[in-house]
Amino acid sequence: MEEIKTKPDIKMLKEKARIIRMEILKMLTEAGSGHTGGSLSAADIVAALYFYKMKHKPEDPLWKDRDRFILSKGHAAPVLYAALAIAGYFDRKLLKTLRKIGSPLQGHPCSRKLPGVEISTGSLGQGLSIANGIALGLKISKSPSRVYCLLGDGEIQEGQIWEAAMTASHYNLDNLCAIIDNNGLQIDGRCCDVMCIDPIAKKWEAFGWNVLEINGHDMEAIVDALDRVEIVKGKPSMIVARTIKGKGVSFFEGKVEYHGIAPTNEELENALKELEI
Amino acid sequence: MGERQEKKQEKEVSQKIATRDAYGDALLELGKIREDVVVLDADLSGSTKTKKFAKQFPERFFNIGISEQDMIGTASGLSLTGKLPFASTFAVFETGRAWEQIRQTVCYSKLNVKLVATHSGITVGEDGASHQAIEDVALMRVLPNMTVIVPADGYETKQVIYSIADYSGPVYVRLGRSKVPVVMPSNYEFQIGKSYAFHIGSDVNIVAMGIMVSIALDAAKILKENGIDAGVINMSTVKPLDNEMLLEISKKSKLIVTAEEHSIIGGLGSAVCEFLSENNPVRVIRIGIKDNFGCSGSPSELLKLYGLTADNIVKTITELLNK
Repeated sequence: MEEIKTKPDIKMLKEKARIIRMEILKMLTEAGSGHTGGSLSAADIVAALYFYKMKHKPEDPLWKDRDRFILSKGHAAPVLYAALAIAGYFDRKLLKTLRKIGSPLQGHPCSRKLPGVEISTGSLGQGLSIANGIALGLKISKSPSRVYCLLGDGEIQEGQIWEAAMTASHYNLDNLCAIIDNNGLQIDGRCCDVMCIDPIAKKWEAFGWNVLEINGHDMEAIVDALDRVEIVKGKPSMIVARTIKGKGVSFFEGKVEYHGIAPTNEELENALKELEI
Repeated sequence: MGERQEKKQEKEVSQKIATRDAYGDALLELGKIREDVVVLDADLSGSTKTKKFAKQFPERFFNIGISEQDMIGTASGLSLTGKLPFASTFAVFETGRAWEQIRQTVCYSKLNVKLVATHSGITVGEDGASHQAIEDVALMRVLPNMTVIVPADGYETKQVIYSIADYSGPVYVRLGRSKVPVVMPSNYEFQIGKSYAFHIGSDVNIVAMGIMVSIALDAAKILKENGIDAGVINMSTVKPLDNEMLLEISKKSKLIVTAEEHSIIGGLGSAVCEFLSENNPVRVIRIGIKDNFGCSGSPSELLKLYGLTADNIVKTITELLNK
C-alpha cells in the first residue's frame, strides 16, 4: 500500500501541471499584469514538488516536519499560488484577487499574508541564502525535512547566489535541493546576450554541488531527479532544468515579450483551448 | 608618573569596557542558558567578539565568510526554523552591504533576527572612513518593523543583549570598537523603548546615544560649574523613541541638544526633531557628523576633529543660551 502511494503517478502529475497552467493564465489575465512566461516554464517542476515529492499538510501550513519550498524567483508567484490553491491551502476563488488591493496574493509572495508561503521573495538572488539557513536549522535540530529552492536562470547573475553556493557546499547541506528554471530568457532578452551564465552545470559542480541536468518539462525526468538527489549525502544538489519560457501555450513559448506581461482576454481564450484535453 | 597617579589611572581604565567586549560576554552567557541561540559572523569574529561563543558552541556558530548578504539570508533561514540568530560584522558592512537583504527578508517578514554590529562611528579610528559607519542608524531606522538600539556602555550592552533575546522581531544593535566608561548606574534596568534620564535640566537637555552619553555627562558637569542646569538623557532605543521623555524634557527646557557619533542626517537628532516638531516644537540643535565622511586617526583625535567632545557641547550650548 505504502509503496503504491509513493510511486509517482506521472499521469496525475501531468494533469496537475496542466491545471496549474490554466490557473496561472486565468489569474494573470484577471490581474492584468504579472509574469506569464516564467510562471508557465516552472509549472511541471512545481507540480512534481507539491504533488509528489514534498511532505506537507495544506491544512497545517506550519507543520514542523514539512519540507520547505522557497520560490527564489518570486516573480513566478502565480505558479506557487496555483499549486497552493490546488493543494488546498486556500480557496481557489482567491486566485482571482491576485495583485488586487487587500489581497493576500501580492504581486510577489508575502509570507505574512498568505499561508503556505515560507518566506517573502521577489528581490532576486536572495532565496538560496534563506534556503541554506533553513537547511542548517533543520540539520542542527536533527529534522528529516528537506528544503527545495527554485531559482531563475537570469537570477544566478546575482552575486549573492554564488556566496550562497559556497555556503551550502561548505556546510554540506545535503538536505537542500535547488532547481534552476533554465528557460534561457530574462526581461531584456536571451541570458546569453544580456550576461552569459553558461556553463551552468559546470559552475555548480565547481562550487561543490551534486548537479543533474534534465528536461524540465519531462515529468518522469523531474520526479526521477528529485528522487535521485535525495540519496546524495554530504553535498547539496542542483537540478538544472532546461525549460521553455511560456511552456504550454504555443504563442507564448520562447517569447521574451511575455516575461512580464499578462495575457489579453483573447489570448487567454486561445491559450485555454490549447490546454483543454 | 607617581605611583598613586598610576593606580588611579589603572582604576579608570578598568572601568572602561568596549561595548563589543560586553557583547561577546553576553552572547556566551546567553548561549549557556538558551539552546536556540545561533551566531553568524562574516570573517570578523575576533573583532566582533563572537569568537567567544564560537569556541564554546562550535555547532551553533556559522562563519559565513566575507559575504554579508548571504549571512543575513542564512540568519533569516535559521530564524524560520525557530532558532534565535545573532548576526554580526562591522556596522558599515552589516547595514550597508546587506541593507536590501535586511529590508526584503528580515524586516518585510518581521523575522526574529538580531543584527548586532560592532565598529560603528568614527571611533573605529585608524582604519578610516571606509570602515566607519556614520549612517547605519539612519539606514536601519527607516525600515518598518525594525527596532534600533545604541547602548551607552558595556553594562547596558549586556542588558540589551539579554533583553532582545526575549523580544520577537528584528533588532539592530549598534556597538563600538573603543573602550568606553561605564556610566549607567548599577541599579539600571534596560527596557526597549525606555530612555534613562541622569538628570532633567531646566536650561538645556542633552539627548545622547552610545559613546556620546558619557561625553554629554562630562559636558553637563562643566556646564553646572558655569551655572547652567543641563540634563542628560540616554536615548539608547532610537526606535521606537521614548516620546514621553521627549515631551517631558521639551516642557522643562527651551533648548534640546542631541549628541550622536553618527551623521546628523537620519540618526538620533533627526528622530528627535521629527517627533518634537510635530508634538512640541522647541529648538533642537544636533551635534554629530555634519554630512561628512570620517578619516584615519586615533579615536580621541577624531572625536575632537568632528566636534564630538564635552568642550564642544559646552561651547555650543553656552553660545546658544547667551544669544
